[in-house]
Amino acid sequence: MASVNLSKINKVFGSTHIIKDLDLEVGDGEFVVFVGPSGCGKSTLLRLIAGLESITNGDMHFANDLVNDLPPRERGVGMVFQSYALYPHMTVYENMAFGLKLAKTDKQSIEQRVMDTARILQLEELLHRKPKELSGGQRQRVAMGRAMAREPRILLFDEPLSNLDASLRVQMRNEIARLHHRLGSTMIYVTHDQVEAMTLADKIVVLRDGRIEQVGSPQTLYQQPATRFVAGFIGSPTMNFMPVQLLGAEAETCRVKAAGLGELPLPQDASGQPRGDELTLGVRPEHLALAEPRGDNRFEIVNVEYLGNEVYVYLEPKAGEALLIHRSEAPSQWQVGQEVALVPELEHVHLFDADDRALPLAKATAAA
Amino acid sequence: MNRYQQIKLAKQIGKWALIAVIMVYAIFPFYYAVITSLKPSSELFQVDYWLSSVDFGNYAQIFSQKSFVQAIGNSILVAISVVFIALLLGITASYALGRVRFRGRTTVMLVVLGVSMFPQVAVLSGLFEVIRTLNLYNSPGGLILSYTIFTLPFTVWVLTTFMRQLPMELEEAAIMDGATPWVTITKVFLPLMWPAMATTGLLAFIAAWNEFLFALTFTLTDSERTVPVAIALISGGSQHELPWGPIMAASVTVTVPLVILVMIFQRRIVSGLTAGAVKG
Ligand SMILES: Nc1ncnc2c1ncn2[C@@H]1O[C@H](COP(=O)(O)OP(=O)(O)OP(=O)(O)O)[C@@H](O)[C@H]1O
Ligand SMILES: [Mg+2]
Repeated sequence: MASVNLSKINKVFGSTHIIKDLDLEVGDGEFVVFVGPSGCGKSTLLRLIAGLESITNGDMHFANDLVNDLPPRERGVGMVFQSYALYPHMTVYENMAFGLKLAKTDKQSIEQRVMDTARILQLEELLHRKPKELSGGQRQRVAMGRAMAREPRILLFDEPLSNLDASLRVQMRNEIARLHHRLGSTMIYVTHDQVEAMTLADKIVVLRDGRIEQVGSPQTLYQQPATRFVAGFIGSPTMNFMPVQLLGAEAETCRVKAAGLGELPLPQDASGQPRGDELTLGVRPEHLALAEPRGDNRFEIVNVEYLGNEVYVYLEPKAGEALLIHRSEAPSQWQVGQEVALVPELEHVHLFDADDRALPLAKATAAA
Repeated sequence: MNRYQQIKLAKQIGKWALIAVIMVYAIFPFYYAVITSLKPSSELFQVDYWLSSVDFGNYAQIFSQKSFVQAIGNSILVAISVVFIALLLGITASYALGRVRFRGRTTVMLVVLGVSMFPQVAVLSGLFEVIRTLNLYNSPGGLILSYTIFTLPFTVWVLTTFMRQLPMELEEAAIMDGATPWVTITKVFLPLMWPAMATTGLLAFIAAWNEFLFALTFTLTDSERTVPVAIALISGGSQHELPWGPIMAASVTVTVPLVILVMIFQRRIVSGLTAGAVKG
């Protein structure tokens, strides 16, 4: 178990700069999840921490040790690969014991540790099978067991569940969460799946183009996204965005005008923004209520998705942006083709400036 | 029988006839060698396609010759050494060429391939000088050296292709487990590369076992010869007699081990040869 401290980390492949001046603090025993669009450098960052790639410059500390130039085996990290990468010719037992054998652990301790790990992961019955005789979920557990057997200070996961089907993924996600509670070790986890990110993480790191966009707890990221990118990335269905014009900013409120919605008083502090500026309003689907159409506030329903417990209603936007989504509990009275008015819950609305940064709440509202 | 059935029957007959022709074409020479070797020398020039009696005289004769037995020993020594050295160097080279990124990797691969395209005769005199300088003339060492030169390119190519197909993450998993490159090769890759190794090893063995030109050029005395040369030099009672019986007996004797080897490894060979074609 150890904390991880990255400062000014850079990674350059040939002439492409992949990781750019990245600073990150991972606390001892914390579960940190990296998310971000494909190609943003999640795997690269994980592999830098593992030691599979060397950092171009910057400093990396585990606890108080500088590990920049240590090979993986001296860093005390274990890694679970997306494809599992189990040794096909070895049994489950041998797979888990391989690293311990190479570390010249004595036979008895090897057996002890493999057995302990197998018990935690419920692999005791499978110890003498070869990987090809295991199901996907079992292979996944063996891969975790192999990474855990050497009792690494830090466990790394690169999209470990992406090869499993949906129901197994939920089950394994649960097991990983319980494993983290039980072992209390530092874990760093890369995923595409935001449900995994939200449910597992103590702290989510949103990466974009080799830089950190925002770091925070799942709740912070959901409720106070720092940028439009984070706002759109976290949450499903994704946040609705519409262009608005700034009409005026007072001490505790600002007024904006949106096509179809008219003038809206918002709790953000927009005092730094010039009047008439184009801003972006963001509102999550559950904070976008529907009502009978009135005046200009008319939006056509183009699709209704019924999910059992909830309903998603898709609406044609006024300005050629993406479809707007309303989400509410099922059942719902809305029909395709109907015209409705949009009523955003103003206390839950986000406002982003021209550089896509979120505007802070005005002081009085924030205190309230 | 209706028309459809007739056509079907005709197709069947045609198919089996074709197979029969191919079988005869492929097997007849070997079959004829076998029966010739089992005839007493007095019947040699009677053309027979069936054996009326079996006579092991020819076999007794060749095995009573010390030089032939020695030649078999030499051939085994040379072929096994070639296989062993070629696989050892091939595996390590293929790890470097297949897995380690370095400048000039493609050039090395092309040079390796280019070398294997020279006909043997082209390098004969140069190689002769090398072997004399190394003091390996007229010894199995000289043959091992020269066969390895011709076997390695193929071995390296096949093993490199195979090595490249092994998932990168497997190697990285080994690195995370603390394995050095040597441990990764021997403990992780080797066990997965048996099909490719069986294929290349067997082909190297066959090449070394049957090679004639180098074997003739680089050896001088009976005690150092390998089987192909020894067979060619079997002489009859007089200058004008070619001892077909013993020659055939010797040929059969040295071919049978190959056939057995191929049969043992045939499934592996197929999977090894197609390994480059499809992802498995
Ligand atoms: N060995 C390498 N050499 C050159 N470029 C590389 C190398 N490894 C990764 N890259 C590049 O670095 C960028 C980031 O790759 P990385 O694998 O970290 O993305 P990722 O965020 O994990 O994406 P995904 O979600 O698709 O797995 C990509 O543009 C990729 O092409
Ligand atoms: Mg990745």
